[in-house]
Amino acid sequence: MSGLLGLGAPVTSIVLGLLTASLFLALRRLVLGPSLPDRVVALDLMSMLSVGILATYAIAAGQPALLDVALAIALVSFLATVGFARYTERAARSPGGRPHA
Amino acid sequence: MREAAAAALLVVGAITMLLAALGVTRMPDLLTRMQTTAKASTLGVGCAALAAAVYFGELSVTVRAIAVIGFVFLTTPVAAHAIARAGYFAGICLDPRTAPDELGAGVIGRDAPGAREPDEPPASDGGAPPP
Repeated sequence: MSGLLGLGAPVTSIVLGLLTASLFLALRRLVLGPSLPDRVVALDLMSMLSVGILATYAIAAGQPALLDVALAIALVSFLATVGFARYTERAARSPGGRPHA
Repeated sequence: MREAAAAALLVVGAITMLLAALGVTRMPDLLTRMQTTAKASTLGVGCAALAAAVYFGELSVTVRAIAVIGFVFLTTPVAAHAIARAGYFAGICLDPRTAPDELGAGVIGRDAPGAREPDEPPASDGGAPPP
């Protein structure tokens, strides 16, 4: 690809660098997060960041098919978040108490 | 021209996502972290997908980008609400500045999360929330 947004052009490189820095910040919360919902939030943010990275790389590489991958990741991350939420809420309401707080 | 618009959208989306990551790192408790990431990452993904649609300018790419944007805009609030509710009932530590805690004051006893289903009426019959 040529032009302003081609591979190796400054804009996509800067954007990919910013998104990678955001991934590391979210990874910090994923490792440090004091409770399970904090880690789920960090995972959700990381999947959203990968969607953004894929859209940016689709532009950088000139491959529009990568948007399909982005859509699939968005679908799976929603299902994962809702599944974690249901599991956490059910576990918290069971007589066992508050396992992950 | 189209490339310049796509570049501007990409930069705005990347900065918004960086703000979301900063929020999830710096915010004090789960609810504030969650609202930061939900709003900012939605806008960031929307900007990135819109940049792809503008840059390629084909019908198939635009349809896919609109599908990504619509799906993220529909599902992110639902997921954020689900995880916030689950975290609340799991008894996470709220920031002490959380001022109106109507769910904890009127529906469940905040001291004993999960002790009572939220559909059940509160124990006090006068309508006054338990202290």
